[in-house]
Amino acid sequence: MAENVKDQILGFLESRFPDVEIPETEDIFQLGFVNSLFAMELVMFIEKTFGVTIPNDELRLDNFRTVKSMAELVDRRTALAETAEV
Amino acid sequence: MSPARPVLEVLESGAVHDRASARAFVDEHIAPRANGFERDGRIPEELLERMGAAGLWAPFLPRESGGADMDMVTLGEVHEEVGRGCSSVRSLLTVHTMLSWALRRWGSDAQRERWESELARGTTLGAFCLSEPGAGSDAAGIASTAVESGGGWTLNGTKKWITNGQRADLYLVFARTAGSIGAFLVPRDTPGVQVCPIPEILGTRASMLAEVTFRDVRLGPESLLGPSGFTAGMVLTGTLDLGRYSVATGSVGIIQACLEACAAYTNQREVGGSALRNLQLIQAKVSDMVTDVRAARLLCHEAGRLKDARDSTTIMATWVAKYFASTRAATHASEAVQIHGANGCGPDYPVARLYRDSKVMEIIEGSNEIQRVTIAGEAYREMKL
Repeated sequence: MAENVKDQILGFLESRFPDVEIPETEDIFQLGFVNSLFAMELVMFIEKTFGVTIPNDELRLDNFRTVKSMAELVDRRTALAETAEV
Repeated sequence: MSPARPVLEVLESGAVHDRASARAFVDEHIAPRANGFERDGRIPEELLERMGAAGLWAPFLPRESGGADMDMVTLGEVHEEVGRGCSSVRSLLTVHTMLSWALRRWGSDAQRERWESELARGTTLGAFCLSEPGAGSDAAGIASTAVESGGGWTLNGTKKWITNGQRADLYLVFARTAGSIGAFLVPRDTPGVQVCPIPEILGTRASMLAEVTFRDVRLGPESLLGPSGFTAGMVLTGTLDLGRYSVATGSVGIIQACLEACAAYTNQREVGGSALRNLQLIQAKVSDMVTDVRAARLLCHEAGRLKDARDSTTIMATWVAKYFASTRAATHASEAVQIHGANGCGPDYPVARLYRDSKVMEIIEGSNEIQRVTIAGEAYREMKL
């Protein structure tokens, strides 16, 4: 898993919540600041930054719970996109 | 009597594909009739069909569905032009756009196959059902419920202030589910759907508002639009964002209409042997309209550009654009009535209608008070405070 994917996601989260320190395995939903607006911004950020499309069936809580799980989602979608291009 | 002109003939000769073609369409078919639409409290079927033939309803949809792959900046320009002509017509476009975009963004292949082409052609018209008697754009206050049962859903609740609710064929209804807020596609002819017109509204009087009641409406599993779970609210957030963009651009259209009406009026109206345009107090008002319409247009352009780039900061940009454009529209519509004097209070000029419509823009898709709270909160966050 590319470290810079995690770093970029972490950077986005820190820009939204500068007062909170977020380890890569921290459950962001436990922190209590996730709402539909933030979810929308987060999905848009991931899709634009990493050039992937996240289909409805991947928009699951577990895929966005931690920085690590989001990075894994990006890896998975990137791999699928690259396979489709071959 | 000669037969009606086939819609395809209109399409070939007058498809709307940019600001200039939208302006020509509005000047021919909408602006000269807007006061009549308001008086009648409805948009005639003939115009709704003509708009479909011109490709106005959902031109951002892909060509294979009958759309034009229009980008968001251009869509905003088209909505501005329609808003310049008639806010009621623009409001029908807004809610239809919201439903069509949500379907495109969140719909399954089967849902898109079923509805997209009809939405692109305007043979199915959409409406957006969020507000309730006890809750406006406040999603947390939604009392309507959708209960999963028997492999589908049972929908109950009442939606109020539904633009085009009287005429729409397909409703996008937001209701509380077991764990979130769900979005549901509900055809108007589903048993249990009841439509009650709302007359005598302050502004956008031809927008065919209705109260829509859903009483034990049985829906199949395919009626749920978009994901379930924590991201279900994204459908609402994204759809409202696009609605706000349309209202913002429509508000720019109102300012432009005020400017054009005032320039024409003050050019020919004389006081003391001189045209009104020669009075410096009039020039000050006109110059403020010119300045604000340009500023508001640029804000909308920026919001549209960010949407095209799929940049999440478009949400903030759209709040700012909607707040600025709608407040300036209300100010300038008031000044436009003032400039027209007693003539501005009657139906012979467009400014009384613009004045009524502009007030609505400060309220819909999130009141300006809510917008300001949100904008300020974002500002502190950006400054890490």
